[in-house]
Amino acid sequence: MMVPKPASSWARLITTGLLRRPSHPFHASRSTIAPVRFPSSPSCGPFASVLRERQFCSSSSSGDESEDHLDEFLDFPGAKVGFINKIKFTAERPQEPVPCFRVLDDHGRLIKDAYMPEVDKPLAIRMYQNMVTLQVMDTLFFEAQRQGRFSFYLTTFGEEAINIASAAALNNDDMVYAQYREPGVLMWRGFTLKEFANQCFSNVADYGKGRQMPVHYGSAKLNYPTVSSPIGTQLPHAVGAAYAFKMDQKPLCTTTFFGEGASSEGDFHGAMNFAAVLEVPVLFICRNNGFAISTPASEQFKSDGVVAKGHAYGMRSIRVDGNDTLAMYATVKAARKMAVEESRPILIEALTYRVGHHSTSDDSGKYRKGDEMQHWKTMRDPVLRFRRWLEGEGWWDTDAEQKLRSDARNEVISALQSAGSQMKQPLTNLFTDVYDTIPRNLIQQEKELRSTVGRHHEDYPSDVPLY
Amino acid sequence: MVRRRFSFGLVSRLSSPIYGRSPCSGGIWTPCLGQKRSFMTAKDLVESEEPEKKVTNRINMFSAINQALHTVLDSDPKSYVFGEDVGFGGVFRCTTALRDKFGRHRVFNTPLCEQAIVGFGIGLASMGNRAIAEIQFADYIFPALDQIVNEAAKYRYRSGNLFNCGGLTVRAPYGAVGHGGHYHSQSPEAFFCHVPGIKVVIPRSPSQAKGLLLASIRDPNPVVFFEPKWLYRLAVEEVPVDDYTLPLSSAEVMRKGSDITLVGWGAQLAIMEEACDEVSKLGISCELIDLRTLIPWDKELVEDSVNKTGRLLVSHEAPVTGGFGAEIAASITNSCFLRLQAPVSRVCGLDTPFPLVFEPFYMPTKNKCLLSNQNNVILDIDCTRPILFGKRAPHAVL
Repeated sequence: MMVPKPASSWARLITTGLLRRPSHPFHASRSTIAPVRFPSSPSCGPFASVLRERQFCSSSSSGDESEDHLDEFLDFPGAKVGFINKIKFTAERPQEPVPCFRVLDDHGRLIKDAYMPEVDKPLAIRMYQNMVTLQVMDTLFFEAQRQGRFSFYLTTFGEEAINIASAAALNNDDMVYAQYREPGVLMWRGFTLKEFANQCFSNVADYGKGRQMPVHYGSAKLNYPTVSSPIGTQLPHAVGAAYAFKMDQKPLCTTTFFGEGASSEGDFHGAMNFAAVLEVPVLFICRNNGFAISTPASEQFKSDGVVAKGHAYGMRSIRVDGNDTLAMYATVKAARKMAVEESRPILIEALTYRVGHHSTSDDSGKYRKGDEMQHWKTMRDPVLRFRRWLEGEGWWDTDAEQKLRSDARNEVISALQSAGSQMKQPLTNLFTDVYDTIPRNLIQQEKELRSTVGRHHEDYPSDVPLY
Repeated sequence: MVRRRFSFGLVSRLSSPIYGRSPCSGGIWTPCLGQKRSFMTAKDLVESEEPEKKVTNRINMFSAINQALHTVLDSDPKSYVFGEDVGFGGVFRCTTALRDKFGRHRVFNTPLCEQAIVGFGIGLASMGNRAIAEIQFADYIFPALDQIVNEAAKYRYRSGNLFNCGGLTVRAPYGAVGHGGHYHSQSPEAFFCHVPGIKVVIPRSPSQAKGLLLASIRDPNPVVFFEPKWLYRLAVEEVPVDDYTLPLSSAEVMRKGSDITLVGWGAQLAIMEEACDEVSKLGISCELIDLRTLIPWDKELVEDSVNKTGRLLVSHEAPVTGGFGAEIAASITNSCFLRLQAPVSRVCGLDTPFPLVFEPFYMPTKNKCLLSNQNNVILDIDCTRPILFGKRAPHAVL
């Protein structure tokens, strides 16, 4: 069969069942990659015929093992490699994409013989409650931004399972180096709706002291270093922190989240390579949601998604259905165990779909089809899928659902009202924390600024207290 | 040069005195085998800052840096030294024997990726460790610029002081070396001086390097520490054997004077010392200041000096336009305007990429410093001693 185009086809492949299930859910990487023949691959273009004429071939097309000199080796520094006497290039991709692990089908039914993680009723309910609360928070915070109550927001719609199931599978002492679409991890660990709202409003209770745009959360108590905007920069931090865990002999790992767009950044490659070489316990969880703002994954890389890159760095990797809460939980749980017990990094590519816009500054209708968005929002909603499984287990019903959504809505509204009515951060916090102490130049600059503000205070925001 | 890394043999020559600039040849580019720098010595240091007599050894700068790293690794079990080729001692030998003594988990090679070296260091430091990262040449620090500017520098501020990476120190050899060309000679300090949240420190000698490096490593803020590679072997002086630190953001008056203030840092101070010697023969008294920390810099000390002398010359190897000398010039002009008797001079590198065969022409040599001094200093032929005016008079003779 032809190798499908990676990005645009995944969703369809899962839906139509073209992606094979692995024989074992923890199958980190396939031990053998089946060779692939590209007799008329359009990507080869005019070079294909040239290659044929010169009798070059990819690793796939030889098959003539008898001429391989496998009994001789080249002792190259760092490797011992055998010889062959034919020009044989490796294939650009495996014959078939790495299959995607899932436990539940689209209707929330347990797939026959699927690996089932240990999830009891309280854990399952708590995960579901968090997913719904996250969804409700996103909905109301998004509206609040639209009403002009704060400047920016960014939703997690469609990626609730990755957020919550990952968090549930981790130890709360594991450091999490997030991007900006994982507030669910914080929520799972106990960050309150008021705390989220405080940050978005830059109010006096914002831990970040009003210095960063909304959704740049952080919590020392919850082991979640404050988020920054640059893409992929947190990945090498997670590796460094994992090295600290390893050296301190703590049974912990670090986890870093990123999108598939971030996998193009140098920091991704540096971090993956460092993690593999230094053998540190870190989970790289890629939320492959199909889009980096407007750029589809098909224009981001030619490889078999992100999971394929793990092999190149010598790292165990897995592809998982990111909209399947149980599969996500099982995967992160197993990956964490390997990472901590064997001090090794693991790459997890979670296939999902960014149902919302990139942010409130984005209109995704300009670059993707409405019916595609609608399909993922309704038919492939991870929250609904997990709810159906809960209902099938007899652990959830309509009454509980109504009460949960109603309560969550009230709590979010209350948090917004409370946080929105507070003053912003005081002016003094403009100058603190640049360094551990305020240097003389900043003392001088504060003095000059206060003098100016004192003369023209009407030109400055009235909700920023001047102490 | 296709490969950006020199072979080891060549690297070791990079800091050989044979190829170094002569600190005693009047800015002429001649070999100066065996001659050593004559900075303020460790003895001066001990006397001025440490009243007690200390045991010293006469060592070069890479050995002094090696001692500092040794001291840190020995005294703080949560300290780590890493970077490209540091395991075997580093291409400039600064990490010699550290891996053998402290183990390959605390002193280790990293893959060749500057942004990941610094990013890894930020993560390690943020967990309460001292992460001492080496960038092999300052010319190669630019892939790490994003990590330094957007991450390290803002780590504390953006988190409201919930997190910090103050344990991070990034060491990098900088500056001219005689035959380094574009990519083994640059002085990129000004890029980093535009970044609130980090400190930029540059030592001028072995004893300064040890004390300032120990202070940088222990400072609770991320520090970019540029080491003048020209001095690794060439500069030799008495260095206290024990653990000591020199204060950051504190400039030092290396030579007291009354007629003009000269401000510089790192290797350039040797050139400026020669210029001071030269004009002193004419009776012009120079005050020479080593800024030591570029940000946050010791503005008050420079102001005090310029208020006394009325003249200022700043000199650095980096291109003149947008160099840190511009900041000093603007700042001092603003605060000392009424005391200035002459425009502030800058004697710096040219606004070209660092050139290989033209290096002697590019560099801010002693001759250029003298010329600039002449622009500020005129001799009254009717007097026996020079009288300094703000501008050159037609009858000036020097």
